[in-house]
Amino acid sequence: MRRRPAARRLRARPPAAVLILAGAGLALFAVPLLGLLFRAPWRDVPSLLFTGAAGDALRLSMIGSAAAAGISLVLGIPLAWVLARMDFPGRSVVRGLALLPLVLPPVVGGAALLFALGRGGWLGEPLFRATGLVLPYSMWGVVIAGSFVAMPLMVITVEGALANLDPRFERAAASLGAGRWTVLRRVTLPMIAPAITAGLVLTWARALGEFGATITFAGSLPGRTRTLPLAVYTALESDRGAAVALSLLMAAVSLAVLILLRDRWWRAR
Amino acid sequence: MKGGSARAGFGVLLLAWAVAGAGCGAGDGDRREVLVAAASSLSGAFAELADEFERTRPGVKVTLNLAGSGLLREQILAGAPADVFAPADPAAMEAVAGAGRLSAPARVFARNRMTVAVPAGNLAGIAGLPDLARPELLIGLCDASVPCGEYAEEVLRAAGVTAAADTREPNARALLTKISAGELDAGIVYATDAAADRGAEAVTIPDRFNRTASYPIAALKGASHPQAAADFTDFVHSDAGRRILADRGFIVPVS
Repeated sequence: MRRRPAARRLRARPPAAVLILAGAGLALFAVPLLGLLFRAPWRDVPSLLFTGAAGDALRLSMIGSAAAAGISLVLGIPLAWVLARMDFPGRSVVRGLALLPLVLPPVVGGAALLFALGRGGWLGEPLFRATGLVLPYSMWGVVIAGSFVAMPLMVITVEGALANLDPRFERAAASLGAGRWTVLRRVTLPMIAPAITAGLVLTWARALGEFGATITFAGSLPGRTRTLPLAVYTALESDRGAAVALSLLMAAVSLAVLILLRDRWWRAR
Repeated sequence: MKGGSARAGFGVLLLAWAVAGAGCGAGDGDRREVLVAAASSLSGAFAELADEFERTRPGVKVTLNLAGSGLLREQILAGAPADVFAPADPAAMEAVAGAGRLSAPARVFARNRMTVAVPAGNLAGIAGLPDLARPELLIGLCDASVPCGEYAEEVLRAAGVTAAADTREPNARALLTKISAGELDAGIVYATDAAADRGAEAVTIPDRFNRTASYPIAALKGASHPQAAADFTDFVHSDAGRRILADRGFIVPVS
């Protein structure tokens, strides 16, 4: 694998303006987190978090976001490959469709999913008639909503990596007799592995925080579809302390995974 | 919609109010504006009340802020400008009264009942509360953290029914939308909301199990036009106001 030889971290001191702006940028992320920390009812946090409801929400969030990241892996990479490598009419339309959930308000996505895949939807109704399966109000709904909003991050990350890939390696492999599938498996995918890892982390994190599409499409039932963000929203209406405690739990889990993954896999590249 | 964007919506609302308020203060001196913060289940009735009030009082403009009672309560407690408050829940009014924001004691001006709502056509054949326990149906309730969910719990408890709920929606409108879209077979909502929604039908809950929601109203301290604010609350209690509310299916107390 090729690595850029230039040192990633320059020892030289950056201009003051850069430091100031970077600090302001960091503050935008850090200030709200401090707000949560200052508001937290620390003495009650353990009892608020060790209720069954918080544990259920955490479990549902973990399963749902992992499944959404898995679906993004299986479907998103081929989609990115098609977009990066194939030339066909309407490609920009396909790319627009694949990236639309990035800019669409998630609640709109949730409503669209409900009208398409709900029991009365154009696709959901035949499915229900044939199999009796109802996608909303179930873990299916949580996973589909999460995949809908998160998969574009996989597509955009992997497509960018494929577009920047030096084609000579694949050509060399092919000229040595490797079939298309072998080239993809043995050359292309290993070369874009860092992008795939990044895409996985991003889609997982996005799916973990998913709210609007989930509550609209999957509903909100404790123990079945009420993920952490939905539990936070519900608690905000009634119990601010519980809402803050759940928010802290979510921030801690996300931050821990993002830091751990970065240290383990990204820095090594 | 919710979570982050509910906050964002709150911010936009505050901003809209600030602009509206500035326009009122700086604009034509004759134009008096009354800012009414009312529960979303009052939407239709209060739009009509506002029109009628403006028609009979030239120069007065009623601006409605319609949202969930809890959100309105938080806005007012956070100092957002409002001249009149009309929540769906006496507890929200008590919180505002406790903060010393009322300029006159609150009075209940309307009541509402709960009903079982089903999609138009009632394909699932819902006949009453016991059907909400059928596990093969898709049943929705409001979450217990909002008034409509609290009332639904009380109704079900009174009837001895354990609902096979498939979702607990964050508010009554979200629940009714899913019912009238046919994505739920039944749910418990406000009778007036069900009556106003063409996509839904109501299956009456017997009086002995039903629960009454009370809507109090009060003028708030710091109103830019205190007299106009007091006049509006009086108008809601007047015969004309009561007629508008009754037409929408609200139960109005005898004066």
